[in-house]
This record gives sequence, C-alpha cells and structure tokens, in this order.
Amino acid sequence: MTDIATYNFAYLDEQTKRMIRRAILKGIAIPGYQVPFASREMPMPYGWGTGGVQVTASIIGPDDVLKVIDQGADDTTNAVSIRAFFKKVANVAVTTETAKASIIQTRHRIPEHPLSAGQILVYQVPIPEPLRFLEPRETETRKMHALEEYGLMHVKLYEDIAKHGRIATTYAYPVKVEGRYVMDPSPTPKFDNPKMHRSPALQLFGAGREKRIYAVPPFTDVVSLDFEDHPFEVQTFDQPCALCAAENVYLDEVILDDHGGHMFVCSDTDHCEKRRADGHRGHLAPETSETHSTPEKLEPAQ
Amino acid sequence: MTDEPLLRVSALSKFYGSRVGCENVTFDLWPGEVLAVVGESGSGKTTLLNCLSTRLLPSSGTASYRMRDGQFRELYRMSEAERRFLMRTDWGFVHQNPADGLRMTVSAGANVGERLMAVGDRHYGKIRATAVDWLSRVEIDEDRIDDEPRAFSGGMRQRLQIARNLVTGPRLVFMDEPTGGLDVSVQARLLDLLRGLVTDLGLAAIVVTHDLAVARLLSQRMMVMKDGRVVESGLTDRVLDDPRAPYTQLLVSSILQV
Repeated sequence: MTDIATYNFAYLDEQTKRMIRRAILKGIAIPGYQVPFASREMPMPYGWGTGGVQVTASIIGPDDVLKVIDQGADDTTNAVSIRAFFKKVANVAVTTETAKASIIQTRHRIPEHPLSAGQILVYQVPIPEPLRFLEPRETETRKMHALEEYGLMHVKLYEDIAKHGRIATTYAYPVKVEGRYVMDPSPTPKFDNPKMHRSPALQLFGAGREKRIYAVPPFTDVVSLDFEDHPFEVQTFDQPCALCAAENVYLDEVILDDHGGHMFVCSDTDHCEKRRADGHRGHLAPETSETHSTPEKLEPAQ
Repeated sequence: MTDEPLLRVSALSKFYGSRVGCENVTFDLWPGEVLAVVGESGSGKTTLLNCLSTRLLPSSGTASYRMRDGQFRELYRMSEAERRFLMRTDWGFVHQNPADGLRMTVSAGANVGERLMAVGDRHYGKIRATAVDWLSRVEIDEDRIDDEPRAFSGGMRQRLQIARNLVTGPRLVFMDEPTGGLDVSVQARLLDLLRGLVTDLGLAAIVVTHDLAVARLLSQRMMVMKDGRVVESGLTDRVLDDPRAPYTQLLVSSILQV
C-alpha cells in the first residue's frame, strides 16, 4: 500500500468523484442524454481515454475487478497503461477475462462474450455529439436534442445511400435510445450495435475533452437508425478467424508480409485465446503457440 | 375561397434599443395572396419579415396565424418547438443568399428531402422520388440530384432553395429578395417559375424586395415602407400606377427606364 499513499484512492479526489457520479446518475436517469461535467486534467493526453478513465475512477471500488480493452485487445499500449494505472492508484484486481470483470473500460469494441447483469461497460468517447459533422453549432445541436429534431441524422444516411448505394457508415453508427435521444455509440463498429440493445450490463460513456457523460441503463432499447427500404445491417466476414476459426465475430485484418499476405483474426483477443485454449484451431494457427499475433496498435484515439 | 385571413398582424413594432426597426405595422394576409413589402435599404423590410417568420421576437404587437385545423394561434406565444415545427412544415423561408437556406455540403436530393425526413419520412425510395419530382418542377435536371449545391450556379441554387421549401406543401412562404444578385435573364425565369408555383399551389407569400418590377410581377398587394413605418399600402397596380404618398412617388419615379 505504500506506493499509493501519495494518491487518493483511484487518483481523483472525493469531491471530483462525487461530481462525476452525479453526472452519471443523471445520465442513467435520462438514457442517451449528454450530461455536461467538469472534466479534469488526467495524467494522459486527450484522445487516450481521459473521459473513460474519469468515469472508471469514480465508480471503481476496492473489490472491483477491472478489464481494459483497446479495439478489442487487452495487450495494446492504451489498455496496458490504463490497467497499470488503476492497479497502481486503486490497487484493484485486474483481469483480461470478460466474464470475471466487474468493470470493463473499452475503446471502440464491445466484448464478444455476452455481458451479464452487474457488469459495467465504460466507453472512451472522442466525439459524443452524433450531429456534430452535420451541424457545427453546439447551441443548435443541443436545441435539436431538446426538441427531438432528428431529421438531419437521416440526411446523413440518405447521403450514404445516394453516394454508395447502401448505408456506408460502419462505425459510430447513430442509435436511438429508449425511443428518445439519438446517441453516438462511440466509434465502435456497427457490428457491436445490436449488443447494446437491451443489454443486461450498465453502459457508461465518458468524453473527457468534450466534457460529456452519457449512459444506457440495463435493459434499455437501443435501435440503430435506418430507412424502411434500407434496413440496418451489420458487417459480415467471408472467412472465420484464422487463429480460432470463430464465426460471427468481428475480425481485424493483419498484414503478414509485404507481398499482399494477410489474415483475418478476432479483434477480441480474450475471446480468441479462450477458444484456442478450448481446442479450436483456425487454418493459420500455430500448432503449439501461446502468443497472439495481433500487432500492437500504437495510434491514439481520434 | 375562405372568408378568414391566414395571418393577422396587429401593431407590430421592433426596436433595437432606441432605434426603430419597424413600427406599428398592421395588416391581414389572405390565403393564396402574395404581398410585396418594398422600400429602400434600412427601411425595416427585413426586420418585419424576420419578426413575422418568428426568427426575431418583436418588441410589441401581435401576429396570429390560422393553423391547418382552422384555429388562430398567436405566434409569439407558441413554444419554440411548435414554432420550429411550423417553420419546417407549413411555412417556407427563401433567403436572398441561397447558401443561408441550403446545406451546401449535402447533395441536392438530400436538401430537398431533409424536411420530409424531419417530419418522419423513413422510406429512401419515396423520399428520392419526391426529390426528383421537385427538382424537375424547378427545372433542375434529374442527373444533378447527387451533386452538392456548391457545384450549382446562383440561379440553380435559388431554385433548389425554393424546391427545398415547398416540398412539404407549405401554405405560407416568406421570401427575402428572392431574385437579388441574379442577372436579369435568370431573374426573369425565376420569377416566371415562382409565379407558376404560387398560382398552382395556392401559396400565400410575403415577398420583401427593393425591386418594384419584382413586386409588380409577383404580388397582388404591396406595402411601401420608409424608416420603419408603412407609408402606403394597396393593390400593387394601384400603388405603382397612382402612388399617393410622396415617398412612393419618389420611389416609382426613380425606376430607370431602359
């Protein structure tokens, strides 16, 4: 315990945590509504998950078990650093196993393993405002949310179909929460959108630079926007994971050499490792290897 | 025709501090009627238009509008949500500069379709078919539907703006210098188009212009404003052929004869 004596538990001071918890409670009370909060400077740059870290810091307790993923992977810089941060400042247990975690902080993925009641998913959000690129004025977008004027969101989807013949938005796909607020699910692939619908886990969203917190309580309707004649659909993949042969999961493309060689592997490393431990083998899986071959992703969040 | 006006304006005034924007304006607008508001720059035409379209709140006075259910509602007592709903369904507003009334970064089709989507239309095929229909009605080729208005000429942009406003079948359209900044041949075609649409759809319109020829062509009735006050009003032909107020006489005699 000596090395955390210089920090308050979970880094933030108690008043700040109370302020953030109030924002979270308000967010839960109004699903999908962006609650402004007094975002603090964190010991990391904006874009690396300052919002998610503040939300996690204010809800974490000594008995929590924390998992952190970055685009599905437990072993990338962002995930490793945030996990180490909370291990140091809150002395909590950490895990990479989805089922064992009580809090999962995520950047841009929802784990493949179904979440259960009592778990909390904390999203790192770069731009919380789904209307931002259509209407640059914050005063106007807040008014549009207040008056439920969401025609503009469909203008974007219309443009997609007119230009590409289908809805080409593949991530940060807008959703309507509990029939009221249109929400940006953070830049998760739209593949993950159906997992948000009536999820038993609590979902919290923190945007540090933009100073907004919003939430989706358990068992809340989350519906992806679409047109009657162009319904919402998720990405599909032609082949299963090259390492664990999983189907119906979200895959990353990994470049193998500079001659065009590539493979598709699970983006969720924990899910992939579990399956291989259970004896599933993809066509490129090494016979006796424990290492996961996803390369480290070093780029910051947008 | 109905025997009740569409819009009743009574003693409307707008002051900017101690300066007068417009003062004590009273008139009725009837369904299907086009009213021109003329006057020189700074005479309060645009202030009046912005007050009527609830883009500005007046300092005093009232304006009531007959809703589709036949009930009169006082505009300045409606909630913002109701006013904005009125603005995008039953009303239109054609800006002098099309860039103010269009979304310049989305395609022409989406510009026309936006109001439909705002009122809950969720069928891409139908929205697009309506957009094609309206583009042809304002003489824009169907193959330009996926182009952004940035790629359009000034006259096309103005016609696109008109299509975007009329797609929900409004009953009242506000126009602020709709032909301003266009060259004369383009102006003539636009006026021709507007006249046809207004007659076909039975639109009521309030047109603000400093161009007496535009007022003559489009409107049945006109109001002449000077220094924020209405100095003369009446049937357009009467006012232009037999101006009574000294200022109107000056205005009419100032038209350049070619």
